[in-house]
Amino acid sequence: MTINSGHPMSPTEIEKLFRDEAGRALATLIRLVGDFDLAQDALQDAFAVALERWPHEEPPSNPRAWLVNVGRNKAIDRVRRQIAFRGKQDQLTHEIELNASCPDEAHEQATFDDDMLRLIFTCCHPAFATEVQVALTLRTICGLTTAQVARAFLVSEEAMAQRLLRAKQKIRLAGIPYEVPEREALEPRLNGVLAVIYLVFTEGYVATSGDGLMRPDLAREAIRLGRLLNLLVPGRGEIKGLLALMLLHDARRAGRETAAGDIVLLEEQDRSLWDFHQIAEGLQLVEEALRMPGRPQSYAVQAAIAALHARAPNFEDTDWRQIAGLYEVLMRISPSPVIELNHAAAVSMVDGPARSLDLIDAIEARGGLGGYELMPAVRADLLRRLGRRDAARAAYLAATEATQLEPLRRLYARRLAELSAES
Amino acid sequence: MQYLLMIYQNEADYAKIDAATSKKMLEEYGAFTQSIIQSGNFKAGDRLQPISTATTVRIRDGKTLTTDGPFAETREQLGGYYLVEAKDLNAALAIAARIPGARFGSIEVRPIWVYN
Repeated sequence: MTINSGHPMSPTEIEKLFRDEAGRALATLIRLVGDFDLAQDALQDAFAVALERWPHEEPPSNPRAWLVNVGRNKAIDRVRRQIAFRGKQDQLTHEIELNASCPDEAHEQATFDDDMLRLIFTCCHPAFATEVQVALTLRTICGLTTAQVARAFLVSEEAMAQRLLRAKQKIRLAGIPYEVPEREALEPRLNGVLAVIYLVFTEGYVATSGDGLMRPDLAREAIRLGRLLNLLVPGRGEIKGLLALMLLHDARRAGRETAAGDIVLLEEQDRSLWDFHQIAEGLQLVEEALRMPGRPQSYAVQAAIAALHARAPNFEDTDWRQIAGLYEVLMRISPSPVIELNHAAAVSMVDGPARSLDLIDAIEARGGLGGYELMPAVRADLLRRLGRRDAARAAYLAATEATQLEPLRRLYARRLAELSAES
Repeated sequence: MQYLLMIYQNEADYAKIDAATSKKMLEEYGAFTQSIIQSGNFKAGDRLQPISTATTVRIRDGKTLTTDGPFAETREQLGGYYLVEAKDLNAALAIAARIPGARFGSIEVRPIWVYN
């Protein structure tokens, strides 16, 4: 990877480049230096040098390799300075120097790729709690600062710094290896990585509360991770499926929220605001994912549903029958309250709201949806469409109680106002 | 007959002990260990790293479930042990997953505290 050199870079340009390259550089440094913490500190040192030098000089033609080389030397400096390494300094520095990477460009790219995969699988190791996997991924692969990761989790910077520190201690003390899992182990571990990426996309690891409906920057990071994984581990339907799902959802972002931060329901969205370039990319990936041999993967099926929405010119002309059918497939391969509810909503467009209500009643009778916060809202919508205004009103009130998200509450308040206006 | 002597303690309290007391404790352990080696009673003994380094493995429906942390089921009690040599955590977890008890209970995998 080379950049257009010839002019000194501004601090902003340097920071952007650093964000883009840090993950890759760190991944290789960890392998060279043999220690997560040391590698991260050394990379920070290298970044400081870059900030100091690049505004005044011609920046290097291969910034990633530059960061690795300078980082490695900084690691050696640190080893020499640290008392804890006393007595082993010569041995350690000798090892670091021996681990010099090959100067051949093509080989170098493959090496960077392998190192990146190692880093991804290490961050997403099941020995870490899921939130820790997400935090590690955001910090080391996406290159977010500790403060930014803390904000993503709605915790203090100190709390996040502690969490990350403990995680790195566990790597060292429990002997979590820096490697890509072998054959039989690869698939379940890959599913773990995909789950983390999806959590970053949906921010499913934070309490759903607060003023904002969406935080686009994290969705971008998740898509970036998905693209990276698709590049590094090609030909896997579940990766293509997840990437397609994220691209298709994200493509509709502009239509989902008003400037004031209110929700625009799918049926009311201005579809011309959707990103059709991204939709096209998503549709292509769905095709590829569904053509892969083997059982259908959950992400691919979810993406197929998103594709049907993305393709439809408007809400009424959406292929609801196919969508309902796809939800039935999902209910078999990865059942969950959300899936059942979405299936019922799709059924309401095919067989009418009454039939859909029957389905929801049946699920509740089975004890399936108790406490799920969006259930009263779906009920309320169906009751509203059936003209059962009092029941709808009660359901919208229940829906307001059940959620912490401000934009959703405002939506329910609007619905309640509409119901009052009609009577 | 053979017996397993299991040392339970409050980890948080133990971590708060001052340096002098801690040093004395280490010496006392050292002396104790030597004495039972000499008396021929010693088979094995180790200090474990804290629970923050633990990982638990269960097999359910043929799938391996790996979770962060020590086992914490109140309905499960210590039933046996293996002390193993393994290249890294992945190797240790793979061994743990093959223990027949993993299918019904939980196998906590904790690294041994190595003194340099």
